[in-house]
Amino acid sequence: MDAVEQKQIRTPAELMAIVEALIFVSEEPITVKVLADVLDENKEAVQAAIEELKNEYEERGGGLQLREIAGGWQISTRTEYHEEVRKYLKTRPSAKLSLASLETLAVIAYKQPVTVPEILEIRGVQSASAIKTLLDKRLIVAKGRKETVGRPMMYGTSKDFLIQFGLKDLSELPSIEDFEDIAGSLQ
Amino acid sequence: MTDQQAEQFTFDFFKEQPQIVAESSDELKITLGKFAGPLDLLLYLIKQEQANIFDIPVARITDEYLKYVRLMKSLDIAVAADFLVMAATLIEIKSKMLLPRDPFAAPEEEFEDPRQELVDRLLEYEKYKSAAQMLYERTTIEQAVFPRGRIETDENNAEVDASVFDILTVFQKILARHRDEVQMEIQREEISLADMIKALKKRIFDELELSVTAFFEEMHSKRELVTAFIAVLEIVRTEGIRLIQKNTFGDIVLKKV
Repeated sequence: MDAVEQKQIRTPAELMAIVEALIFVSEEPITVKVLADVLDENKEAVQAAIEELKNEYEERGGGLQLREIAGGWQISTRTEYHEEVRKYLKTRPSAKLSLASLETLAVIAYKQPVTVPEILEIRGVQSASAIKTLLDKRLIVAKGRKETVGRPMMYGTSKDFLIQFGLKDLSELPSIEDFEDIAGSLQ
Repeated sequence: MTDQQAEQFTFDFFKEQPQIVAESSDELKITLGKFAGPLDLLLYLIKQEQANIFDIPVARITDEYLKYVRLMKSLDIAVAADFLVMAATLIEIKSKMLLPRDPFAAPEEEFEDPRQELVDRLLEYEKYKSAAQMLYERTTIEQAVFPRGRIETDENNAEVDASVFDILTVFQKILARHRDEVQMEIQREEISLADMIKALKKRIFDELELSVTAFFEEMHSKRELVTAFIAVLEIVRTEGIRLIQKNTFGDIVLKKV
């Protein structure tokens, strides 16, 4: 019954304010489930509060945005202001991944869990160093071994991958068949 | 994002691509980097020749391909074995295409183009090449977005990843303690690494959180201790188990992700 009483105490505006505060302090994208658990609210109410909050951010058109990423919600700066932010933080864009690493990552993202020989099959070239780079950058993780000859290690993408590529979840990646159309249209 | 901003973040992915510029009929000049692989090089050559991917002029493309590989060799660039494998494949296809069709083959028998497999691979590869471009654009945009800076409470965050060196420290402490103990050597059956991993996995699944120190303490001999240590490393690497250290110099626990 506690939950019901709680819900009656908070007005939608209050819930929005509290949700905003929690998203703000969370170091990682915070999920609706965690918010609901902490606040003892049902997920629908939290979801509605987030949507409303998101609209508010959009309408205000300020320097911040509320966005869904890696299955959670995060407050971040808008892309428009990256130069100024970077100037203040004195950071430069981090080193870009090489073509080979990007290709390997694309294969892993779409084919996961995938083994090294399967990646070789598609790319037609050994990908060992690319895989090492991706593991070092924590963009991919080992996902156990495949029960086949040699029991090769299988790889998949990590949560950091979702965060670094600004994805809500893997389903937000365009379907690989869409690229077939693009590739075909180049002919 | 408005169009103008989109423009700002649109990068020419292909600008980063290597290029071969023919200076005279048998001289080539390579600019920029290297190809991501033999398929990448082949696609490039096919585009360069303005050939249709479904009707690759194998003889011409093979010549160009071999020229490039030779050039790499003459420039002392290590030619990856994969490039040579592709060269062999091209030559095989080329020779197959020179052979006339078996006049006695049954007419209803499907004639398979020797190029079919290569074309399939090229098309498949090209999809992932486009996907790589998409990822490239995404990460470029993402680098222009900043979450809030770290605040003090982040430091007190309970879940700090423990490194290999942290468990090594724990391991050494326990090893030292073992050394001090007076021991009677009793012959006992040694446990294998596989069994140790299995036992450790079961413990983590049963207890949800397992203290590394407690686990090491249970070991009876140095040898078992070493096996246990390797088992911990192995399980973290392969099983989606995390090492978590609640505070600096604190106990390290194994936890299922």
